[in-house]
Amino acid sequence: MSTKEKSKVETADAPPGIEGPGFFATRIDKVVGMARANSLWPLPFATSCCGIEFMATMASTYDLGRFGAERLSFSPRQADLLMVMGTISKKMAPVLRQVYEQMAEPKWVLSMGACASSGGIFDTYSVLQGIDRVIPVDVYIPGCPPRPEQVLDGILQIQKLVESESIRRRDTPEYKALLNKYGME
Amino acid sequence: METQALLTAVEQKLKAQFPEGYVSSELIADYPTFIVKRDSILDVVKFLYNDVDTSFQYLTTLATIHYPDHTGQEFAVMYQLHDLRKNLRIRIKIFFSSSDTHVPSITSVFSAANWMERQEFDFFGIIFTGHPNLKRILNMDEMTYHPMRKEYALEDGTREDKDDKMFGR
Amino acid sequence: MSKDKNTSKEIVEKEYSTLNLGPTHPATHGIFQNVLKMDGEIIMDSESTVGYIHRAFEKLAERRPYYQITPITDRLNYCSSPINNMGWHMTVEKLLGIEIPKRVQYMRVIIMELARIADHVICNSVIGVDTGAMTGFLYIFQMRERIYDIYEELCGARLTTNIGRIGGLERDFTPKAWALLDQFLVDFPPALKEFENLLMRNRIFMDRTINCGPISAERALNYSFSGPNLRAAGVDYDVRVANPYCSYEEFDFIIPVGTQGDTYDRFMVRQGEMWESVKIIQQAIAKIKKEPAGIYHADVPEFFLPPKEEVYNNMEALIYHFKIVMGETEIPKGEVYHAVEGGNGEVGYYLISDGGRTPYRLHMRRPCFIYYQAYAEMIRGGLLSDAILTMSSMNVIAGELDA
Repeated sequence: MSTKEKSKVETADAPPGIEGPGFFATRIDKVVGMARANSLWPLPFATSCCGIEFMATMASTYDLGRFGAERLSFSPRQADLLMVMGTISKKMAPVLRQVYEQMAEPKWVLSMGACASSGGIFDTYSVLQGIDRVIPVDVYIPGCPPRPEQVLDGILQIQKLVESESIRRRDTPEYKALLNKYGME
Repeated sequence: METQALLTAVEQKLKAQFPEGYVSSELIADYPTFIVKRDSILDVVKFLYNDVDTSFQYLTTLATIHYPDHTGQEFAVMYQLHDLRKNLRIRIKIFFSSSDTHVPSITSVFSAANWMERQEFDFFGIIFTGHPNLKRILNMDEMTYHPMRKEYALEDGTREDKDDKMFGR
Repeated sequence: MSKDKNTSKEIVEKEYSTLNLGPTHPATHGIFQNVLKMDGEIIMDSESTVGYIHRAFEKLAERRPYYQITPITDRLNYCSSPINNMGWHMTVEKLLGIEIPKRVQYMRVIIMELARIADHVICNSVIGVDTGAMTGFLYIFQMRERIYDIYEELCGARLTTNIGRIGGLERDFTPKAWALLDQFLVDFPPALKEFENLLMRNRIFMDRTINCGPISAERALNYSFSGPNLRAAGVDYDVRVANPYCSYEEFDFIIPVGTQGDTYDRFMVRQGEMWESVKIIQQAIAKIKKEPAGIYHADVPEFFLPPKEEVYNNMEALIYHFKIVMGETEIPKGEVYHAVEGGNGEVGYYLISDGGRTPYRLHMRRPCFIYYQAYAEMIRGGLLSDAILTMSSMNVIAGELDA
């Protein structure tokens, strides 16, 4: 057997489990978590400047496809991750809420940029001061606009969340309480 | 044609054609500015559009300015016209009081004025008579006030989490 | 011949269907809503709703001192934010009567032309994406990363640059910036040629885009179009030539003009403008070499912050620093209008100052807002896919449209 030099490509590690000839046994939530995390289908809800930095993140230099999130879905029914990028005004807030409600479980929300997280530099009468006033948010990415490396860091945080959550978190009481706070059931 | 000559040329034309409508003219920062009466603005714009020597057939922009301290002339609407062939720019202003904010719409001359006037209605509450579709454009339709007027604050009055003291207001 | 009862003389009532091309749609780059009345696949009428990203720039500007308004102008046309920044600085310099040295003007020209290239790269590659050609977008976006590297070296930010100051630039171009710029001028023309070869004479692209969303020159002028959209309709109005600013009259460039005003013409006009921008940058670099080195701002200590070393050692610099930051400088009263040629057309700033620290009124003439009105007219009678392509070829940027 010839010695191969160490490959520079790192694949995702297999979850801890029992291995034997022809079989590999592990916990189902670990497998499901790994599968979900490495094949997120984001919904890019791009409204302004952060959307252009997202385009740069999707392009070749800071390739988001490396993390499995290459297939963008513009239909909420088919998406896992709602990435809100850019300023959300009060006129747009009901649209955002409707898109979030249309998404099927499991779903996560990533708020990219200062405007989506807290209203940003626009403390005005027409801008919603943070999307967490209308939908629950999982990860916030600060920046105006955040660098693509920050966006990738945010996606990695989402992946950590996705891996460690229970499979049917929609039935957990904490999640139900969270949705009730926003007026959704 | 340099700006002083342009000012005198257009001034003479306006004085001849609109003896009651014309008020004054001035060269503000090298920009010929003419003040006319509010009711004659549509005729002035049409006249300048069809004029043979200097046909101002391009509407650059229009904007409203609110002077709450000038009683009787609280609002001013400014139109900037451009003659592309000879490369001449002028500005026309009208002043009127806040008790009657009706202004003739120039949409029949310039289709570009459609949304520009809607924006002024949205921000200041200027009602353009003769506008085909005068409703709010940038703000929410349910908004009850006209936010760019000086008496309204920039921030949303209903927010409760931002402490004005800490934000330097 | 017998008359079939079903095709008799009764008039069949056509029922138009309503289609909501909603605020969140992948192909509308930005959030605009269009309610279309369709007869099958053909669009009969449409009504646009805008304002989904209205951020109240004009009201915000009345609260901020002049140098703090630059970050707001960034967010107008955020694909080419340095042009908006420079336009704003030039407006304030016009109000204050500041004369900018030639070297600084040439540096500003380089920054603005790089921004124009960046803007047109996005627009043209996205036209390609909307026709289904994703490769062009991926290839040419690398060049936009190079421009980001140059901006990062100049001002620290990639996209919303806040570049320059009133009275000049904040720092001189570093040697690394010159090296990056020279390398960009070597690498960009072949990349642009490659992008052109993919799309320009591509049979499928031409069939998709020719006669798609046309507008005649008379209607375009009546709708106050400006920029590449107007030039595609055949009118050669460019603010850099009509009202030259920042020494543009010393540069030698042509204005590409189209004939029909359809999507293909808009694409080609933007391509032509990118080539002209490369020429302008090369000329600017040659001109800068002839100027005395090291000057990067005008000599206006009342408005341009002194360097920090002087502030700690020199009494005058300390006083100027204090006055500028606390807003004690004398701003003259006045009313100015200045326009620059942005990526989408004439970006104008109408500024009224009452002598205070903040403007009394700032009105921004936003080209996207003005020409988007014509969208309903341009897509009437066309197919739905043509409507999508028309919108992306008009380069409607949501930030500029709603302000």
